[in-house]
Amino acid sequence: MTATPVLDALGADSSLASLAPRADFPLLAAQPALHYLDSAATSQKPQVVLDALTNFYTTANANPHRGAYALAAAATDAYAGARETVARFLGAKDADTLVFTRGTTEAMNLVANAWGAAHVREGDEIVITALEHHANFVPWQQLAKRTGAHLRIVELTADQRIDLDHLAALLTPRTRVVAITHVSNAVGSITPVAEVVRLVRETSPAIIVLDGAQGAPHLPVAFDTLGVDFYAFSGHKLLGPMGIGGVLGTRARWLECQPWQFGGDMIEWVNDHDSTWNVLPHRFEAGTPNAADAVGLAAAVRYLEALDMRAVREHELALLRSAHEKLAGLDGLTIYGPPPEQRSGVLSFTLADVHPHDLATILDQHGVCIRAGHHCAQPLMRRLGTSATARASFYVYSDASDVDALVHALVEAQRIFASVAD
Amino acid sequence: MSDLQELYQSVILDHNRKPRNFGPLDEASGTAEGKNPLCGDQVEVAVKLDGDVLSAVKFTGSGCAISKASASLMTTAVTGKSRAEVEALFDKFHALVTGRAAEADITKEALGQLIVFSSVSRFPIRVKCASLAWHTLRAALEDGGADAPVSTE
Ligand SMILES: Cc1ncc(COP(=O)(O)O)c(C=O)c1O
Repeated sequence: MTATPVLDALGADSSLASLAPRADFPLLAAQPALHYLDSAATSQKPQVVLDALTNFYTTANANPHRGAYALAAAATDAYAGARETVARFLGAKDADTLVFTRGTTEAMNLVANAWGAAHVREGDEIVITALEHHANFVPWQQLAKRTGAHLRIVELTADQRIDLDHLAALLTPRTRVVAITHVSNAVGSITPVAEVVRLVRETSPAIIVLDGAQGAPHLPVAFDTLGVDFYAFSGHKLLGPMGIGGVLGTRARWLECQPWQFGGDMIEWVNDHDSTWNVLPHRFEAGTPNAADAVGLAAAVRYLEALDMRAVREHELALLRSAHEKLAGLDGLTIYGPPPEQRSGVLSFTLADVHPHDLATILDQHGVCIRAGHHCAQPLMRRLGTSATARASFYVYSDASDVDALVHALVEAQRIFASVAD
Repeated sequence: MSDLQELYQSVILDHNRKPRNFGPLDEASGTAEGKNPLCGDQVEVAVKLDGDVLSAVKFTGSGCAISKASASLMTTAVTGKSRAEVEALFDKFHALVTGRAAEADITKEALGQLIVFSSVSRFPIRVKCASLAWHTLRAALEDGGADAPVSTE
């Protein structure tokens, strides 16, 4: 007999345990009644990450790349080791093609400035989608404005997936950049990356930039086989500290980039009227690097590797299916996005008669933390015809009790709002 | 009453469901638009001044129950008042929702029906929702032409 696939075994079972022990997460351990369902905004941190931060500051703190003493070498090694670990986690063999940034936002601004400003000209075309987070929307919109390039926006299917036919129709030999989210933060849709890559390579010389802010935390990522040019992510959404993230690029594309921030570390030699640049990745990391948080991030990805990203994906899918099943009975509930199989662990919804902002307050009183608002995706909200949705998002520490608390609090919200007669 | 029951008490839910003075105002002497970028609440307030007296106020827009009920109850509270009286009432309302009513010696009587918003002060994130319409009203009273939209951010 063949083994039962994990998902079938779990089904919508309400005994669904968390994948990672809640006890590993000090904030969750200290607040057992808290149902944290806003991991798409930022994740909670395991103790090992906090320990790695403390350990760096207590054993290896010095300015990396600068001092000629053993402690500085320890800091440099810790930082370089973190780069190796994070690159490996994201499936990149060449760790020097990973440039650390503050997160996805800075990464996108880096690519738009370092590659975009050097290669995008008036009359060229930049393609983004209606699904994008503002971080992968506004940098391209502004680059188009500055350069006189045309911004093209791929529209969505009725269930908020990227319309691949529309993408194909927008691609031309003048397309220079295709910037697309790997996974939508607002509704959870997963982009079929292979299909996008095939379409783009067929018709245009464009670079493909993926916003992996919601991809890297929730799906296995193998950068070297994805076929894209740049992949940006944020550490704080994958159990790491705030203030660290990065962007992977192919070596060839990095060499086409101009430095975008200038200062220490990124230079090779400074003459009075000219300078030369350091090698990859330092060329794009001006100033004292955020070594401590990089080390914390490395601890986070090691934690995720031990859980196994395939198991992370399956865990979230099981929770999502269970939530769908339990919410199906609620009157007036609209869930956005494609079916669970094509979504990450994001449940974006509205409840007739109860505004998402009111929902968030009522749920909060039941210990359930969800996000209400436009999710930094106003272009998407306009297309949904709403100003806000409520969003619950799952991660490795989520379990059946979180789903049950969500459902229970939603029923309570409905009861409160139904209490006035017409 | 629990905090939630108090926040979503029947007067508020009723004004949310059936907002008073909702719709466009003919021959408005001033209008203003207010937005709460954080949650997407959006309101437009139109006023008609008869000399110094606010003879009519109406609003349109969309938002959460607190912002809608606040706009609705505000219109009923300020109609027929002078500019100075509106301003004084705004101060009292603001003290109420930010939890300073007691220290400012503001009585229940002075607030009238607006007292239903007293529990907003226990939900600090919602203060902006409750005050959006009031900020927008003040902008509409100042309105001489095309002002920049009011924002709570
Ligand atoms: C899809 C997506 N892109 C970009 C970002 C921006 O990430 P950060 O704020 O960490 O720079 C986020 C998170 O808010 C996101 O969800």
